[in-house]
Amino acid sequence: MVTNITNFGRSGLSDWLVQRVSAIILALYSLFIVGYLLFHPGLDYATWSGLFAQTWMRIFSLLAFVSLAAHAWVGLWTVTTDYLKPTGIRIAVQTVIILAIFVFLVWGIQVLWGA
Amino acid sequence: MSNLQVSLYRYNPETDSAPYMEEFQVDTQGRDLMVLDVLHMVKEQDNGLAFRRSCREGVCGSDGMNMNGKNGLACITPLSEVVKKGKLTLRPLPGLPVIRDLVVDMGLFYKQYERIQPYLQNDNPAPAIERLQSPEDRDKLDGLYECILCACCSTSCPSFWWNPDKFVGPAGLLQAYRFLADSRDEATRERLAELEDPFSVFRCRGIMNCVAVCPKGLNPTRAIGKIREMLLANAT
Repeated sequence: MVTNITNFGRSGLSDWLVQRVSAIILALYSLFIVGYLLFHPGLDYATWSGLFAQTWMRIFSLLAFVSLAAHAWVGLWTVTTDYLKPTGIRIAVQTVIILAIFVFLVWGIQVLWGA
Repeated sequence: MSNLQVSLYRYNPETDSAPYMEEFQVDTQGRDLMVLDVLHMVKEQDNGLAFRRSCREGVCGSDGMNMNGKNGLACITPLSEVVKKGKLTLRPLPGLPVIRDLVVDMGLFYKQYERIQPYLQNDNPAPAIERLQSPEDRDKLDGLYECILCACCSTSCPSFWWNPDKFVGPAGLLQAYRFLADSRDEATRERLAELEDPFSVFRCRGIMNCVAVCPKGLNPTRAIGKIREMLLANAT
């Protein structure tokens, strides 16, 4: 048993599950956005804004943002533990990553509900 | 006369400040020898060369090494399988500390093996005869127990290179599953609890280098997948 305190779910099993579920949500969201853009070739601001004004789209988008945040945390945490061996540097980089993820998440929520 | 150029990793910590590659010419007389035979021919030219070997038939797992970039057992690898453009490059197993020439310190590898408690655990009183298994339960151990611990798989795994102190590695995990799958073993829950952290099992990224190099044709990636399934089934 290797103890860990900076990973997302405190357990390898939960991190692994979060990574896979969030990947599926991100794949569905990406396919939807790409599909939407293909079916609306002459997309204008009113249509685009109208899409994001609907509650289901806001829920779907927020779900994708939360998934991206969790996915990035798990993935980048893994990368830092592979390549940054000095504990001080690793914790510092992990802190910056987690803070950035938090800022982007709050910013994303503000974009969704702001307009 | 058919010359084979052999490029050998040399390092003697008592005399060399750094490892270097040394070139040898070996006359194979056109025969498709095993790599181990070539090593013995080189040793006749320079008896200071150090490498491990014992059974010379792929059973003991002593002569695992890196041959032209791929890990394997020198004794059962024919030249025709590895030699390219008349050249053979031999290096020690990657990722482990080199003791001398092709001999590596297997300490970390064995430590990870020890960690998974590679022995049957059963607190019930032993019966007068053996603890019996149904033929179906016995079949579950096929593809697991054959491992000879040559370390070819774990030392070809980048996850093991980066975290040999935390990631059990393919060889250890194959054996972990060998005891998880054994109907006679009763420590399943304790074994799984030891493995659920983000490193021991989950540092496996499924790149399957282990499967590509295993000289016994075993599949550690599949065993790791089975351990993940057991962990998931045991959790809520």
